[in-house]
Amino acid sequence: METQSNNGTNRIHGKTIKPYHGPFDGSGKVTNSLMEAILKANLKDGMTISFHHHFREGDYVINTVMNQIAAMGIKDLIIIPSSLGKVHEPLIGHIESGVIREIHTSGLRGKLAEFVSDGKLGTPLIIRSHGGRARAIEAGEVKIDIAFLAAPRSDKMGNASGNGAYTQCGSLGYAIVDAKYADTVILITDDLCEYPNMKPSITQDLVDAVVVLDAIGDPNGIASGATRFTKNPKELKIAEYAANTIISLPLYKSGFSFQTGSGGSSLAVTRYLKEHMKLHDIKASFALGGITQPMVELLEEGLVGCLYDVQSFDLTSTASIAKNANHLEISASQYANPSSKGCMASMLDFVILSALEIDTDFNVNVMTGSDGVIMGASGGHCDTAASAKVTIVVAPLYRGRLATVVEKVTSIITPGDTVDIFVTERGIAVNPRRKDLLEILETTNLPLVTMDELLEKVDRLVGKPVSIEFEDRIVAKIEYRDGSIIDTIRQRKTV
Amino acid sequence: MEIVKSSSAGTLDSCDIQIRIESNEIGSNEIYLKSVVEKQFGNQIKALINDVLDKHNLKSVTVNAVDRGALDCTIRARVESAVMRAIGRESLEDWSVIHHDK
Repeated sequence: METQSNNGTNRIHGKTIKPYHGPFDGSGKVTNSLMEAILKANLKDGMTISFHHHFREGDYVINTVMNQIAAMGIKDLIIIPSSLGKVHEPLIGHIESGVIREIHTSGLRGKLAEFVSDGKLGTPLIIRSHGGRARAIEAGEVKIDIAFLAAPRSDKMGNASGNGAYTQCGSLGYAIVDAKYADTVILITDDLCEYPNMKPSITQDLVDAVVVLDAIGDPNGIASGATRFTKNPKELKIAEYAANTIISLPLYKSGFSFQTGSGGSSLAVTRYLKEHMKLHDIKASFALGGITQPMVELLEEGLVGCLYDVQSFDLTSTASIAKNANHLEISASQYANPSSKGCMASMLDFVILSALEIDTDFNVNVMTGSDGVIMGASGGHCDTAASAKVTIVVAPLYRGRLATVVEKVTSIITPGDTVDIFVTERGIAVNPRRKDLLEILETTNLPLVTMDELLEKVDRLVGKPVSIEFEDRIVAKIEYRDGSIIDTIRQRKTV
Repeated sequence: MEIVKSSSAGTLDSCDIQIRIESNEIGSNEIYLKSVVEKQFGNQIKALINDVLDKHNLKSVTVNAVDRGALDCTIRARVESAVMRAIGRESLEDWSVIHHDK
């Protein structure tokens, strides 16, 4: 079946038809010129390009590539990075000048997020979860024309890995999906190594060009050093309650599996669990997700069988993925794609997630602040909540003067019917849908409360805020992992 | 009540509020507030500060407040402290029983 694509080129089965250019031997991929690679890739107005966010706040590549594209006068692009950070503030200029028309991302922060919240991006932002992004790409809902993928190390053929001489990001899980499904794949590295680079996260058969630049990222922004455990008594209390909740449930036995987020409380949960696992000789089968130091410690002490790593958060985990045979890299699709034939998340027993806001129906917001401004990331939140057998959300009852427990969340990322237990320093609320869990927890001495009780408590402490007003204009659409629209974010009203 | 000197109380730490009080020439109270939760709680915080000023019968002062998400109890305590310092009563014995009004 032949179809005509938006930009007028012929496609067959979604692939652009290219005329014969002589026998392809795969050599000559390396260039020092980003411009040359972009010209060869035939980037045109209106195309869709992608990036990954493994470099987090240390990323140079998105800004460098966009500056180059802008200098070449190409406009009207759709960019679909796996996520964006504060460091990507310069994209504002490219939106204003028309280089960028549309953005699809998991996260948005800082000035760029305020800019979008003020309605200054022409078309609404599309927010996808990590699993949802992989699904949309594989399903062809978004077609990536060119993927620009930062690679800490690559050889001349494009065998790329996450640990290089100058930058280390460990897993390249989000980039793997782009490498497989983009029409053209351009790797960008600052560490061109001898052929072959072993073992690669992205293999040469997927790569069109390798661009060697002087610097692709700031190591300090990519991965934090040693993870410091929180000393915040509130966070420790929450973590202790969460760990004890897990320990009380029958699913917690040798062979169990879990995922924790990278927030203070979540990290501490692993520490409390570890003590109990050691004492009672309980071993987990696998841990999943963004991998952090506490999980690597579990692995190295033999308390967990293996780690499945879509994103390595700190230097301990980037080092571990390179040396530990049971620390395995997985793609975003293997991690959480709901339409795959079985993502790893679907095998989770427990997931511990954070929340900016949670409402009395257990809906969770991790995207917009209480002032209505975008400030977070969807991440794997809704993916793992829907997949795990027990989903535990941990958060303080209030932060500063802002209540975490609210009547209605500012925006929904994760629907309440996929959230089972909410743990705060002031008690543990079980979703009434999970009578089975409630019955078990009622036999323990854990402080059980209802969401309504927590709401009343927090209202008394912080007072009733004035509700935030929004304009009618929609600035962002939040896609649930299956591609349906679960919520929209409206333009904030400026006083 | 008369202000005898400019004063301040509180810190710029998270969950605290810093209050500075000085007398002015305009014959009415004015409050300048900067708050991380201005949109949600700005008016409530100003009303609370006004409450404390009224309680002490202050009629011509300027309050500069920088709020980092303090709860009402903290705001009240910081304003009370700043007022007591401003009116020169911070070392009086009745200080410890003054605020049990709410």
